[in-house]
Amino acid sequence: MQAGRNVLGTSAPLDLSGDPRRLRKERNVRRLFLSAAVFTILVSVAIVLSLVGEAVAFLQSIASEIDEGLGSLMADGWFPRRDRFDLRTIIWHTLSVSIIAMLVATPLGLGAAVYLSEYAKPGVRRVLKPVLEVLAGIPSVVLGYFALRFITPDILRNLWDTTQQSNLMAAGMGVGILIIPLVSSVSEDAMQAVPRALREASYGLGAKKWHTSLRVVFPAALSGIVAALILGLSRAIGETMVVAIAAGATGGSLLQLNPLYGGQTMTGAMASLAIGSDQVAGGVAAFQSLFFVGLLLFLMTLVLNIGSERLVRRFRQRY
Amino acid sequence: MGSAVTQEMLRRALEGRRVNIVNPLVALTLLICLLASLAILVVLLWDVVAKSMPVWQERGWSVITNDLSPRPAETGMIQGIFGSVMLTVIVVVLSFPLGVAAAIYLEEYARDTRITRLLVANIRNLAGVPSIVYGLLGLSVFVKLILEGMLGQVSGRTLIAGGLTLSMLVLSIMVITTQEALRAVPLAIREASFGVGATPWQTIRHHVLPVASPAIFTGSVLTLARAFGESAPLLLAGAVLSTFFAAPEGTPITDLVLGEKYTALPIIIYNWSRQPQQEYIALTAAAIVALLVILLVVNTGTILARDALERRNRM
Repeated sequence: MQAGRNVLGTSAPLDLSGDPRRLRKERNVRRLFLSAAVFTILVSVAIVLSLVGEAVAFLQSIASEIDEGLGSLMADGWFPRRDRFDLRTIIWHTLSVSIIAMLVATPLGLGAAVYLSEYAKPGVRRVLKPVLEVLAGIPSVVLGYFALRFITPDILRNLWDTTQQSNLMAAGMGVGILIIPLVSSVSEDAMQAVPRALREASYGLGAKKWHTSLRVVFPAALSGIVAALILGLSRAIGETMVVAIAAGATGGSLLQLNPLYGGQTMTGAMASLAIGSDQVAGGVAAFQSLFFVGLLLFLMTLVLNIGSERLVRRFRQRY
Repeated sequence: MGSAVTQEMLRRALEGRRVNIVNPLVALTLLICLLASLAILVVLLWDVVAKSMPVWQERGWSVITNDLSPRPAETGMIQGIFGSVMLTVIVVVLSFPLGVAAAIYLEEYARDTRITRLLVANIRNLAGVPSIVYGLLGLSVFVKLILEGMLGQVSGRTLIAGGLTLSMLVLSIMVITTQEALRAVPLAIREASFGVGATPWQTIRHHVLPVASPAIFTGSVLTLARAFGESAPLLLAGAVLSTFFAAPEGTPITDLVLGEKYTALPIIIYNWSRQPQQEYIALTAAAIVALLVILLVVNTGTILARDALERRNRM
């Protein structure tokens, strides 16, 4: 057989690659889908560039144009229109709102998750699980209104009559309600991923239901549950509307240790800067500080999200 | 006689002497945690509906159909409903095809390379970025850079800027829900299609997408419902943050989208909730009721439509 001849004895190699038009079409379709996927990278790049650019401009302008320079990042209180940008104030307020939120969401979310995963019969589950899904679908402005017009006057004022109309406590509780469904669904998934064999071994040793659920399944799912809590914390830190409506202090605020008083969080500060951003109110620095705070927020939630992602991956690998 | 005593001792030894109180107590505590969420939901809905009642009784439908007005007794939310609907249309047009295409690439084409892993990790992180940060993206890229800078508009604070911003926010969630829908399609369907000589695109178009479509459809609508209630990014992407504005009489719809100020229903709720006058408490509640009713109708409609789709597919 001569070189270059195929089995049929013809000199041309047998072409099995199909219609070239069809191949070209396939390649183009693939490229189209690939470019859509690559576009998501562009979104990230655009976010980072716009944040970093203006944040650096902010630092430059306060260093050069304001008397205290970078010292204004540690001035008394957060009053951007008066060139006082105390980061401690807004970061502390963000933390206190998030802590209150976690105090609400952790017991309610985890309790609901353990009940749904370990105790609920299928019929009960079918009825009760949608409740959490409906709660998850309530827009955050609605919870802001609920915190301002119900939690503060009807609950907090009855407990402590010094409560201000806008306060960090009500905002924290509103944010907490908002993240219950998130905490509950992620940790329920983690508990469902615990193998049945662990439960059976526990029952086989004579353990009771509560012992199996809380001392065997719960610890086995712990990394997933911690991931759920971190994710909840990250959401609480970034939540804007509840805080903007219920935590008050539109113009700015001093550092407030008492959660029953109003104060500005990082997101609250951004929302109230937005109100004036279409007029030229305050200096250029006030407008640019929006991006600086945004960058801080972005970095904080990024670290938390990556941490929780790592934990989730770990518990997935173990079983 | 003796055997009865032995039996009793044996029974006690096996069952434990104490009455088991921990078990039902733990079950009850956990159930209470779950029921607390239900209670909060009920109180929230009841509170909002009760506070909105005076508005419905005094104003009837005019609170829905009126334009915004500086006077609380005459104001209405139709501009917000228009804005929200138009924003959602823009989001559907932009983020649905992009999101589905990216998900198809990741699930059906991509091999497990470093670049693929980067794409996936990036989408996960985008989904975790706080929504107000997307507002900053919208403000600096869409409002300032593209509309005011490149296209030379006097003000870039228009519906299209808001719509673009929300589309970016929704994109990552759209990708993730579509990926899940595609992953649920059995591998055997693809193998059968490849086995009879179909190309990847033919397999996707004729076999994978039809099976995945009910799930993609539901996921997308639920995502859009989230966008409909989203307001934080719009604060920065140029929605009007006062209780009143008006476009000139008879402005064509293209100008309303491309060149005029805008608002959205959740933004109206935000603006009204900040007003000190007593009238706005009830007005805000009425706007919330309107928002929740719209979301409820959309979500229920979606679930019914999905069930119908699935039933048709099975036959």
